Amino acid sequence: MPPQPFRLPQGGRIDRSRSLAFTFNGRRYDGHPGDTLASALLANGVALVARSFKYHRPRGVMSAGAEEACAFVQLGEGARSDPNCRATQIELFDGLTAASLNCWPNVQLDFGVVSDRLHRLLPAGFYYKTFMWPRRGWLTYEKLIRRAAGLGRAPSEPDPDRYEKRFAHADLLIAGGGPAGLAAALAAGRTGARVILADENGEFGGQLLWRDAEIDGEPALRWVERSLAELSSLPEVRLLPRSTVAGYYDHNFLTVLERVTDHLSPFAAPTATPRQRLWKVRARQVVLATGAIERPLVFINNDLPGIMLAGAAQAYIRRHAVRPGGRAVIFTNNDSAYETVAALSEAGVAITAVIDARAGDTAAAEACLRRGIEVLRGHAVIDASGGHALREVTVAPLDGSATALAGAASTLRCDLLCVSGGWSPTVHLFSQSGGKLAFDAASGCFIPGESRQAERSAGAARGSFDLAACLAEGHAAGLAAARAAGFAGPDSPPPQAPAQAMSPIRPLWEVPSPHQGRRDRKFVDLQNDVTAADIALAAREGYRSVEHTKRYTTAGMGVDQGKTGNLNTLAILAGETQGAIPAVGTTTFRPPYTPVTIGALAGRGVGDFYDPVRKTPMSPWHEARGAVFEPVGKWRRPLYYPGPGEGMEAAVRRECLAVRNAVGLCDASTLGKIDIKGRDAVTLLDRVYTNSWGSLAIGRCRYGLMLKDDGMVFDDGVTTRLGERHYLMTTTSGHAEAVFGWLEEWLQCEWLGLDVYLTSVTTHWATAMLAGPRAREVLAAAGTDIDTSRAGSPYMTVREGHVAGIPARLFRVSFTGELSFEINVPARYGLALWETLMAAGAAFGIEPIGTEALHVLRAEKGYIVVGHDTDGTVTPYDLGMGWIVDQKKPDFIGKRGLRRSDLVRTGRRQLVGLLTDDPAQIIPEGSQIVRSGASLAATPVPMLGHVTSSYWSPALQRSIAMALIEGGQDRQGEAVEAVLPDRTLRAVIGTSRFYDPEGVRLHG
Amino acid sequence: MLLIPCPWCGPREEGEFAPGGEGHIRRPEPQAASDQDWAEYLYYRTNPKGLHFERWVHAAGCRRWFNVARDTVTHEIRAVYKMSENRPEGL
Ligand SMILES: [Zn+2]
Repeated sequence: MPPQPFRLPQGGRIDRSRSLAFTFNGRRYDGHPGDTLASALLANGVALVARSFKYHRPRGVMSAGAEEACAFVQLGEGARSDPNCRATQIELFDGLTAASLNCWPNVQLDFGVVSDRLHRLLPAGFYYKTFMWPRRGWLTYEKLIRRAAGLGRAPSEPDPDRYEKRFAHADLLIAGGGPAGLAAALAAGRTGARVILADENGEFGGQLLWRDAEIDGEPALRWVERSLAELSSLPEVRLLPRSTVAGYYDHNFLTVLERVTDHLSPFAAPTATPRQRLWKVRARQVVLATGAIERPLVFINNDLPGIMLAGAAQAYIRRHAVRPGGRAVIFTNNDSAYETVAALSEAGVAITAVIDARAGDTAAAEACLRRGIEVLRGHAVIDASGGHALREVTVAPLDGSATALAGAASTLRCDLLCVSGGWSPTVHLFSQSGGKLAFDAASGCFIPGESRQAERSAGAARGSFDLAACLAEGHAAGLAAARAAGFAGPDSPPPQAPAQAMSPIRPLWEVPSPHQGRRDRKFVDLQNDVTAADIALAAREGYRSVEHTKRYTTAGMGVDQGKTGNLNTLAILAGETQGAIPAVGTTTFRPPYTPVTIGALAGRGVGDFYDPVRKTPMSPWHEARGAVFEPVGKWRRPLYYPGPGEGMEAAVRRECLAVRNAVGLCDASTLGKIDIKGRDAVTLLDRVYTNSWGSLAIGRCRYGLMLKDDGMVFDDGVTTRLGERHYLMTTTSGHAEAVFGWLEEWLQCEWLGLDVYLTSVTTHWATAMLAGPRAREVLAAAGTDIDTSRAGSPYMTVREGHVAGIPARLFRVSFTGELSFEINVPARYGLALWETLMAAGAAFGIEPIGTEALHVLRAEKGYIVVGHDTDGTVTPYDLGMGWIVDQKKPDFIGKRGLRRSDLVRTGRRQLVGLLTDDPAQIIPEGSQIVRSGASLAATPVPMLGHVTSSYWSPALQRSIAMALIEGGQDRQGEAVEAVLPDRTLRAVIGTSRFYDPEGVRLHG
Repeated sequence: MLLIPCPWCGPREEGEFAPGGEGHIRRPEPQAASDQDWAEYLYYRTNPKGLHFERWVHAAGCRRWFNVARDTVTHEIRAVYKMSENRPEGL
């Protein structure tokens, strides 16, 4: 075969001087700049492009745009491979590779075809009917079905491309750069308004790129060129080609996916440029000039390669200079397909006949007849046949109702059938905006009705299919939008085109069959292989709602979202249920209009940018020391510091023993810190904590517990009085933001009169926690002017001075039960302080301590960690911390909540200690606790509670655990069992103060 | 994606704000409140279809709480007003 045998010798918007080599299914072909993959395949005579999703039927190119329901390909290879791409929208580039979807071993010979022969076994809803029994079977069936169905293959390698997001504000965003969109942009742009004009194609012009039309007395494409030149000269107008307005959200927020380099070879694309850019546009006004989508006609075997929308055939001829067939039949129910007849004639395609469902005379048919082209009026194509490609069609006369045939059938030979069932306005964005659709009975389609946002539809998107109307409406909409956005600039005359007289459409939703009672394959959804019979079956089975029918039959649920098939589907459903089309209504249009890559949605937010990491000033030291980190909120904290050849267990034991026997140093900079000032600071503390704060002297610290107003524990921490009206509150590391927000909310919403000022100072300070019996000696060695003696710095006090020459606040608090100092220095000194303390501590056996050791040490003391030992359903009384609740205070947050009936009942889960009978056994955290000797056979087994904290205690040389257990405080000494997957562990309930219960050691 | 007119900062993207649920929920006098009163304060919300009075905080902006009257069907924001102000009349 000669190269590109179906390429026309002249015309079209392709550059014949350059050839682009590409590979499809492993074979090399050539195309030209200006081609899409679809047009290049057609030019090379490749009719069979893919296999269908369910029945693996052969499929070709059926459209020339975003509505494509058949020609899906896997584009590219390796990490850049993209599944489910529409061949009709892939701009050809040199080196492009693509492959068919849904076929094995290849598109010519596909074993999945067996499912086509078995189609009677795969009716609508077959997933629900067949594979849900036995229930476990679905897990197996699903894998098999998914492999057979094939949705393309997602690459497993990381995406090598870069994506970005951009925000934009516009007075007017115009979706669609056809005649209406261009006219709108000119009218609005001339007033000085800031306009963004986005079009999904590489070239602006819409249907003008392939229709034979005149505007302002010259060829339409000249007008397009002049318009683009003028728009480019307007400083406030931005033209976005290859940009799909994908989503229309609330308050005129729209997303636009710009495919910046997809039309270039990945190797030729400039490296500094992102592959795609997601625009997030807030527009004062929106004009929807999104055009219309042609509908297929529903007859037997209407999915064969070679059957194409009439408008698409015209586009391939006039825009891409491709002859889509050698001998054509045209099947239509409206006037628009007659333009295709003219285009086919120009391209030298033999025309067997035009089959027009309309019985009466039309001007368009008359014109054809005058040119010697046969027109069969009141006829329909009822069947098509051929193997991998169309060979002939069967035609027959329709009766007056179009629900039955009125005469004998005959066959016509052809390799191309151009179909037009009328046009459906592309109302997707309008519908996403919340606008209500109205049914236009004359055109047989849904058009925009009542608007909900500041938008206007214009042209074909509004159901105005005549070019003159498109231009007039586009101009009017653009001008009105500019005026509404506050631009009084000059009006200009709208572009003009000769008006066309159109004969009315004859609605034909389903072509009658020549026989009764057979399940014919008349496809309504070509991507998901849904037939008219499937819709009828769903209706017979009782489906009435279009939303339910969609899900049951999967009509409209493919990658194409039913752009071509949805109206046919719901019209057939309306017929089957004796309802009217407007009453059946449409399914919900949801963003995006066409698929958006995850890469574009993620933008730069991948890898290190996915979630910012907070680091303390001491982080470089931890990293150099080889610490193993754990996430705590957005912080990364050292979990433990392994020694050479040391695992976690050994490291944690070593760190714990260092604190108990010598000294340890822990980076506690992540503790939340809130500076509180003002006349009413103490009132705030009294209201947000359960205990009283009026008696706290300057320089003293106090532990506090915070509740929500339901009485449940929310946070805890130590607050210190720094001055007369000045406090420093600390919060748990993970809860700092939540507590700060909580205080703000109460001050702003409930206690508006309080004179309190809050400042988040968490990162102003670096905190080194020095803990262990030798902590004082380390401080002395590091050098301090603060009296750190028992008398000079008693437990729960703060002193200000210097440590290692650095200005410091020295808090004598303890989370480990040992003598402990929390040294706060301005953050920029944090690393210097840490290094000095580590050096000074070397002589005393100092070890850096991670969070795991810290947790073990606090658990040995029975100290809770909020969020670990509590879960939002735990009160202070449940924790055995009734001592911290001052019921004499008139009110505090949670006080009334604590009196609720469920919170005062007996038998609530209470925090207790658990010691296993076998000291070597550690109960896994989260384990359920049951009565000792409870039968595990009789389900459900009554649960007494669960384990909240559990560790190996190096100091006690045994396991320890804390648990929330029903009535636990009255069960001291009672044996229970912890349930593990394969066994139970016996344990005895006791106190959770495992180590130094008298608290002697923390005074040092 | 709402465009929320912060009373202090002007119109800003929804992402800068955090919702705080229904507004004008009165915290009952704790001593006098029955369990039912307290439950209604904690948990009961009107959840209307249509006009909803709610409060938002400009979390990534001025960190101010304020009231918003928003239509839950159309998402139209009919009014914004400060915490100290009463529900506007005639919406
Ligand atoms: Zn603000």
